[in-house]
Amino acid sequence: MRKNFVFLPVLIIVVLIQLLTAWTGTIFYLTQMTMSAYYSLLIVGLCVLMGYAGQISLGHAGFFAIGGYISAALTTRNLTAHVEHPVVRLLDLLGCLQAGQDIYGDPLLVVTPWAACLLAIGAALAVSFVLGIPVLKLKGHYLAMATLGFGIIVYRLVLASEYFGEADGISGVPGFSLLPGLFVSGDISWRVTNYYIAWGVLLIAMLLLRHLIDSRVGRALRAIHGAQDAADAMGVDTARFKLQTFMVSAVLSALAGILLTHYNGGIGPSEASVMKSVRYVAIVAVGGMAHLWGALAMGMILNFLSLRGCFGSYDDAVFGVILIVIMLFAPNGILSLRLGLLSPLSLKGRQFFGFLRKKQAAKEA
Amino acid sequence: MTTELFIQYLVAGITYGSIYAIVAIGFNIIYNTTGIINFAQGEFVMLGGMLSITFLQFLPLPVAIALAVLATMAIGAGIEMLFIRWLKQPGILRMIIITIGLSILIRETALHFWGANVRSLPYFVGNEISTIAIFGARVSPQVLWVIGTCGLMVVFLNIFFQTTSIGREMRACAANRVAAVLCGIDTRNMVTLSFILSAGIGALAGAVMSPITYTQYDIGTGLAIKGFTVAIIGGLGNSLGAVGGGLLLGILEAFSVSVVPLAFQDAIAITILLVILFVRPHGLFGSSAVAGLKEF
Repeated sequence: MRKNFVFLPVLIIVVLIQLLTAWTGTIFYLTQMTMSAYYSLLIVGLCVLMGYAGQISLGHAGFFAIGGYISAALTTRNLTAHVEHPVVRLLDLLGCLQAGQDIYGDPLLVVTPWAACLLAIGAALAVSFVLGIPVLKLKGHYLAMATLGFGIIVYRLVLASEYFGEADGISGVPGFSLLPGLFVSGDISWRVTNYYIAWGVLLIAMLLLRHLIDSRVGRALRAIHGAQDAADAMGVDTARFKLQTFMVSAVLSALAGILLTHYNGGIGPSEASVMKSVRYVAIVAVGGMAHLWGALAMGMILNFLSLRGCFGSYDDAVFGVILIVIMLFAPNGILSLRLGLLSPLSLKGRQFFGFLRKKQAAKEA
Repeated sequence: MTTELFIQYLVAGITYGSIYAIVAIGFNIIYNTTGIINFAQGEFVMLGGMLSITFLQFLPLPVAIALAVLATMAIGAGIEMLFIRWLKQPGILRMIIITIGLSILIRETALHFWGANVRSLPYFVGNEISTIAIFGARVSPQVLWVIGTCGLMVVFLNIFFQTTSIGREMRACAANRVAAVLCGIDTRNMVTLSFILSAGIGALAGAVMSPITYTQYDIGTGLAIKGFTVAIIGGLGNSLGAVGGGLLLGILEAFSVSVVPLAFQDAIAITILLVILFVRPHGLFGSSAVAGLKEF
């Protein structure tokens, strides 16, 4: 497995960054690095769906929101008043509830983070299954619009329902104790741990996705991307493979949503917005569509810059420009961009500038 | 439900429906000549409204609207020439992403230009409270302006496509591009023309609807989704189907207000879109025999 050697340098870079921030006293950068890592988790999942299976999704922020919102609502909404409800009783029997006190000292009964996490992932699986069967039959514009429509429905639902906090979102989400000593929380004392938790989850996901791509499933996906009819004719069950990939990427998105929500201590409707979905697509496109490491690198860099506020009020515009420029000049991603491509000497550059010159000449004539 | 209330809802539905129909026809014009869905279609409507409001500060209303429509047409032409014309056989995925990028760019530029304030043109005739009685329902005269303008646009577009030579060339381009080239039609110019035309009708609709629906920098996305829904209901590329689909969606939305909370209204339109995509992707009015030859 030659490809797995890439993991070692990445791991070294991750550790070096942490040591560097500790040494230079800029440990606060780790907060945005952690958040970027969770967004990148979604992005690598989307990368497999878009780059390898060739299916565009403009609704992945919807899955992120399903994960984040369900886990946030279950771990914060007080069930004390509904103790007699059969569902609550069942959860109690399964040991999924924890009692406590809210800030006013009143009794608080909520679902434990682990149970909430599993329920949220289950919800994402169910939604992606039910949605995926009809949606993945569509192609091109129809697929883009259908997934976009799904994203907008999720956005409208969280914005309109009181249970999900309407425009305010949900705040006060407790930390999530994955294992003893691994506590997902935005508390400053846990910052370094959380940085490694995020990277740990991300790298495990990368490992799984890499194996998926190198397996029979991966070869089938590439065949589907190349020519679906040919793949069908060769006996590849294209519908099943597309659906499985869709579900894998939906679960990764939901997981990213769950962990980031516990880390941030809350979630707002903007996480479900169409612009977020478009942003993820933009990052996958910059990374080079069928290039997992490229998607990961771009996911880290662009999200980090965006979260640090480097783009100011041009945040969305920057991603719009990135989309256009990459798709016009380097549809295979920024890594395929050889030096000097934009110069008038290169072929693509000559095409573009030649066109502009022709326009100019026509105007003068 | 009383007759007056029924008519009130009906008129509201027809008003919104005719705007959706115009957006859908804008989609169709570009789709027919290029095979591209222009995700920035809603932004043309926004630009039409915003530019009219800006020009109104210096010019009388009709001139301001005319100028805004012309400016939006120029922007449409510019977009096509800068971003689309020189690409050689771009894939669908690439075009989707480019037009999405364009829509974001136009929207963000508008945000920096005009801010996030909600603006509107003044009422063309009368003011906010002047009404006309139609079968007992009270209707603003601006509603008639919207319905009338959209109706006229549909009629003129039909005449344009059926009788003028440029219109016929555009239809030839839509029917079979290679054959059109062989007949000596410059298909590239037809593509530019289709962008100009759909920018123009979008902008005009944006200007006449502004007094009643208001204009904000981000109205484009919502309109584009509704317009696409309508284009799908009517069968993509079918402009008369779009009119039927638009009225259907508009009326459905208007009556749904009395049953479902307003906050869920958009979700309803999109659910309709999804259901139609899954069940009848060739549209309600298209024939399934023709659809069998298409790819969805």
